[in-house]
Amino acid sequence: MPTDVILWILGGLILISAVMSLALRNLIHCALFLMVCFLGLAGLYLHLNAVFSGLVQALVYVGAVGIILIFAILLTEGGGTETGSHLGSQWRTGIGLAVLLAFALLGAVSNSPQTTQAARHTEEPTVREIGLKLMTDYLLPLQTIGLLLTAAAIGAVVLAMQEPKPRKDETP
Amino acid sequence: MTGVLDILWLIPALPLLVSAILSLTPARVKGGAAPLSIGALGLGFLIACAALAEAVSDPGQVRAHNFTWFEFGSSAVKIGWVLDPLSALMLVMVTFVAGWIFVFSIGYMSHDENFTRFYCFLSLFTSAMLGVVMSNSLLMLFACWEVMGLASYLLIGFWHHRPSAAAAARKAFIYTRIGDIGFLLGMLWLYAETGTLLLYDNGAGCLEANALTQLAGAAISTGMAASTGIALLLFCGAIGKSGQIPLHVWLPDAMEGPTPVSALIHAATMVAAGVFLMARIHPLSTATASAKPIVTATAPANATAQSAQPAVRMEAAPKSQAHAEAAAKPTEAGGDSTSSPTLTLNVMAWVGALTALLASLVAVAQYDIKRILAYSTVSQLGFMFLGLATGGPAVGVFHLLTHAFFKALLFLGAGSVIHGCHEEQDIRRMGGLWRRMPATFGTYAVGMMALSGVPLLFSGFWSKDEILHSALAWSGSKWPFALGLVAAVATAFYMTRQMAYVFFGPHRGHPAMYEQGHRIPVTQPHESPMVMTLPLGVLAACAILLTVVGTPMWPWLHSVLSGHAPEVRREVSVGVLFAMLISILAAGTGFTAGWICYMRRRASGFNDGDPLQTRIPSIWRCLESRGWIDELYKMSFGIWTAAAGRFCDWLDRIVLGGGVRMIQNAALATAWMGRLWDEFFLNGGFARGCEQTRNSADRASLVQNGQIQRYLRILAGALALVALWIIWK
Amino acid sequence: MTFYLALSVLLFCVGLAGVLARRHAIMALIGIELMLNAANINFIAFWRHSSAADDLSGMFWMIFSVAIAAAEAAVGLALVILVFRHRRSVRLDELESLKG
Repeated sequence: MPTDVILWILGGLILISAVMSLALRNLIHCALFLMVCFLGLAGLYLHLNAVFSGLVQALVYVGAVGIILIFAILLTEGGGTETGSHLGSQWRTGIGLAVLLAFALLGAVSNSPQTTQAARHTEEPTVREIGLKLMTDYLLPLQTIGLLLTAAAIGAVVLAMQEPKPRKDETP
Repeated sequence: MTGVLDILWLIPALPLLVSAILSLTPARVKGGAAPLSIGALGLGFLIACAALAEAVSDPGQVRAHNFTWFEFGSSAVKIGWVLDPLSALMLVMVTFVAGWIFVFSIGYMSHDENFTRFYCFLSLFTSAMLGVVMSNSLLMLFACWEVMGLASYLLIGFWHHRPSAAAAARKAFIYTRIGDIGFLLGMLWLYAETGTLLLYDNGAGCLEANALTQLAGAAISTGMAASTGIALLLFCGAIGKSGQIPLHVWLPDAMEGPTPVSALIHAATMVAAGVFLMARIHPLSTATASAKPIVTATAPANATAQSAQPAVRMEAAPKSQAHAEAAAKPTEAGGDSTSSPTLTLNVMAWVGALTALLASLVAVAQYDIKRILAYSTVSQLGFMFLGLATGGPAVGVFHLLTHAFFKALLFLGAGSVIHGCHEEQDIRRMGGLWRRMPATFGTYAVGMMALSGVPLLFSGFWSKDEILHSALAWSGSKWPFALGLVAAVATAFYMTRQMAYVFFGPHRGHPAMYEQGHRIPVTQPHESPMVMTLPLGVLAACAILLTVVGTPMWPWLHSVLSGHAPEVRREVSVGVLFAMLISILAAGTGFTAGWICYMRRRASGFNDGDPLQTRIPSIWRCLESRGWIDELYKMSFGIWTAAAGRFCDWLDRIVLGGGVRMIQNAALATAWMGRLWDEFFLNGGFARGCEQTRNSADRASLVQNGQIQRYLRILAGALALVALWIIWK
Repeated sequence: MTFYLALSVLLFCVGLAGVLARRHAIMALIGIELMLNAANINFIAFWRHSSAADDLSGMFWMIFSVAIAAAEAAVGLALVILVFRHRRSVRLDELESLKG
C-alpha cells in the first residue's frame, strides 16, 4: 500500500524532525530541523491533494517563518549554543504533562466514533476558484487577516526598531 | 458767655498738643522740646491771667460751659469746664509754676539723653493738672486725675534703669490707686443719687442747692447722710493723691524722679490736687440736714452779696461761706462756730493734723535733702487739709498757693544744690555751700523762711497763721490745733537743721567721696547756670509777694474765693493777733532749737552723729526709719496680702486645679477608652480583615511568579485533565 | 483518518513538551509553531475527507491560521529581540518581572 507507506514515512519524518528541532542544543540546528518538519508537513498536504495549502505551507513556514527564526537567533544569542542547561528547571514535569496529554488525546481519538471514512477527494480547487472565493465569500476574513498582518508587521518593526537614544531610566 | 470762657479749653489743650508732638519726635531731636513746651505754657498763662481777671471782676459768679460728651440710652454724659475764682487762681498758679520749672529743667536735664521724652511727660502732666483744675464734671476731673497719676508714674520712673526708681514709681501708682478706688466709688454713688456728675449746671449740678439738699436728706442704713458718705469716699482719693496718713508713704519715695519732677508734681501741683478736690467739693462735705436753718439764718447776709449776680452761683455753699467768713472775721463768726462740724470735716481735720505732725517729726531725722522736703510737703499738705476742714476752702487754698511757690522754690533749690554737688543728695556730705552757691543759697533761704513761717514778710507765715487761727477757732476740737502747732515748731526746726547742714559749716564732701571710690576727679561745688537760678529768683520773689493777697488787713483771696468783692479791713481782731503771736512763737521756738542744736555745734565730718541722735537715740531711730510705717504695712497688709495670695494660689492649685485635673483626667480616660475601642475592635477588625486579604493575595500571587512556563504547565495540566475527564465520562 | 489525528496529537504534544521544557524563548516560539501546524493538519485532513469537497472552508481556515502564525512569529520574535536588548538574555525563567 504505497499511499500508507508514504504517509508513515512522512509522519515519521515530521515527528522525528519535530523532536529533533526541540531537543538539540544548537539553536541553528533546531531551526533547520523545524524547517525540515515544515517541509514534511507540506509534503503531507500535497499527499492529501491540497496543493495550494502545501505550497503555502512551504512558502510561508519554510521560507518566511524559518528565515525570521534564524534571524532572531542570530540577533539574540549570536547563533551560539546556550550556556548552561538548555532545559528549564521543571522540564520533567513539562514533558510528563505533554505525555499525559498525548495519551489522553490519543485515547480520545481512538475512542471517538469513527465517522464514515469518506473517500479522499482527488479533485482540487483551482487557483482561480480560490481567488473567487476569497474575493466573494471570504472577503471579510481576508480583509481582517490583511489588517492583522499589517498591524503585526508595523508592530514588529516598531518593537524591534533600534532606539536612537536608549533612555537611562528605562527599566532593564 | 465771654471770650475767655470759650477759649479756656486751650489752656490744657496746648500742653497736650505739645506732648503729642513730642511723643512722636525722635529722641535725638532735642532742640524744639523745651521752647515748645514753655511757649505753650506761656500762652496758657496769659489766657489764665485773662480768666482770672474775668473771674475776679465778679467773684461770686460761677461760669460754666457744659457740653454733651456722649449719650447712652436716654441719659447723656456731660462734661465741661468751669471758671470761678478757685479754678482761675489754680490755673494761673499751675501755668506759672510749671512754666518756671520747665525753664529750670532746661539746665537740670541738659545732660539727659531722654530730654525730649522728659518734656513730653512734663507737658502731659501739666495738661492733665490743668484739666483737673478747670473741669466742671467729676468724671472729667477723674479722667484727668488718672492721667496725672500716669504722668507721675512715668516721671518718677523716668530713670527706670534704677531699680529704686522703678519700685518707687510702682509704689506711687499703687498707693494712689488705693485712694482712687474711693474716689471712683464716691463718684458712682453720687451719680446714682443725683444722676449728674456736673458740678455746676444752672441749678442742676451736684454741688448746687437742690442736689445738696437731696443728698443731705438721703441717709443710708447707719444713719450717715449720703453726702457725708460720698464726701468721705472722695476724700479717700484726696488722701491717696495728696499723701495723707495712712497713704503717705509713696510720696517720699517718689523723690527718685528727677528733681524738677519732684518740684512740679510732688510738691507744687499734683499732690495739691487732693486739696483742690476737697476745696472744690467743699459744699458737699459741709452739707448737713441740719444745715437748713443755718442757710436761712445767713441768707440775708449772703443775699446782699449775691443779689447782684444773676447767673450760676454757688448758692448751695452758704455753710462754706460761713466758714470762710469765720476765718476772715472770727469775731463775727461766733454764731457759726457753735454748730458742730460735719463728720467729713472732722475726719479731714484729724487726718490733716496728724499727718502734719507726724511728717514734720519724721522730716527732722532724715539725711536726704529731697526726702526732707518730701516729708515737709506731706506735712504741709496736712496743714492744708486742716485749714480746709476748719476754715473753709479759702484757708486751705491760700496755703496751697503759697506752698506751691515756696515748695517749688525749695525743690528747685535742692535740685540746684544736687546739680552743683554732682548728684549728691546726702546733706551730711554737703556744708558750707553758701559761699560757693550764693544765688541758690539766697533763694533757698527765702523758701526756707517762707516754709517755716518767718513773720510778716513771707507768704508762708500768713497762710499758716491763718490755718492755725481757724483751727484755734474751730468748734469741733482743740486737739488739731495743738497738733498743728507742734508741727509748726517742728517745721521751723527741721528747716533750720537742713540749712545748717547744707549751707553752713565746713564742706564735708570730698573725703567721703573718695572713700566711696569715685573715680572721677571731683571738682568743687559750683553755682548753677543762669537758666536754673533765674527760676529760683522768680519763685523766691513770688514767695514773698504772695503775702499781699492774704493778710488779715486785706483778705483779697478769701473774699474772692468766698464770692465777695474784696474789701480792705481797717481793724484786726484780737483773735487774729493772738493766733499770729502763737505762730510767731512757734516758729521762733523751732528756729532757736535748731540754732542751738545745729548752728552752734556744727558737724565737722560725715560720720559725726546728729546731736539729737546722741541725745535721744530711741526716738531718733524711730523717726529716722520714718516711723516704721513701711515696715508696719509690710508686716500687716503685706503679710495679709501674701497670705491671701498664697491661699488663692492654694485654692487655685488644689481645689480649682484639682477639679480641672479631674475633668482633664476624665476627658483623657474617655479618649483612652475611645482609642482602645478603636484600636482593638474597629482597627483590629479592619486590620485583620486587611491582613487576611493581603495574605490571601500574597498566597495567590505566589502562583504568579512571572514564569511563563509555569503558566503553560498549568494550562497543559488542565487541558490534560479536561481531556481525561471527557474520555472517562 | 485516525492516522492524521494521531499525528496531529503527537505533533502537538511534542510542541507542548518543547514549550514546557526548553528555556529559550525562541525554542518556545518553535514549539508554538509546531502546535499550530498540528492544528493545521486537522484542518486539511478533515477538509480532504469531508463529504463536501467543493466547500473550501478547511483550506481557508488553514491559510488564515498560517497567516496568523506568521504574524505571531513576527511579533513574537520582535518581542524576543526587544527583551534581549533590555536584559541581554532571553531565558524564560529569568523573565519574571510580572510576578505577583
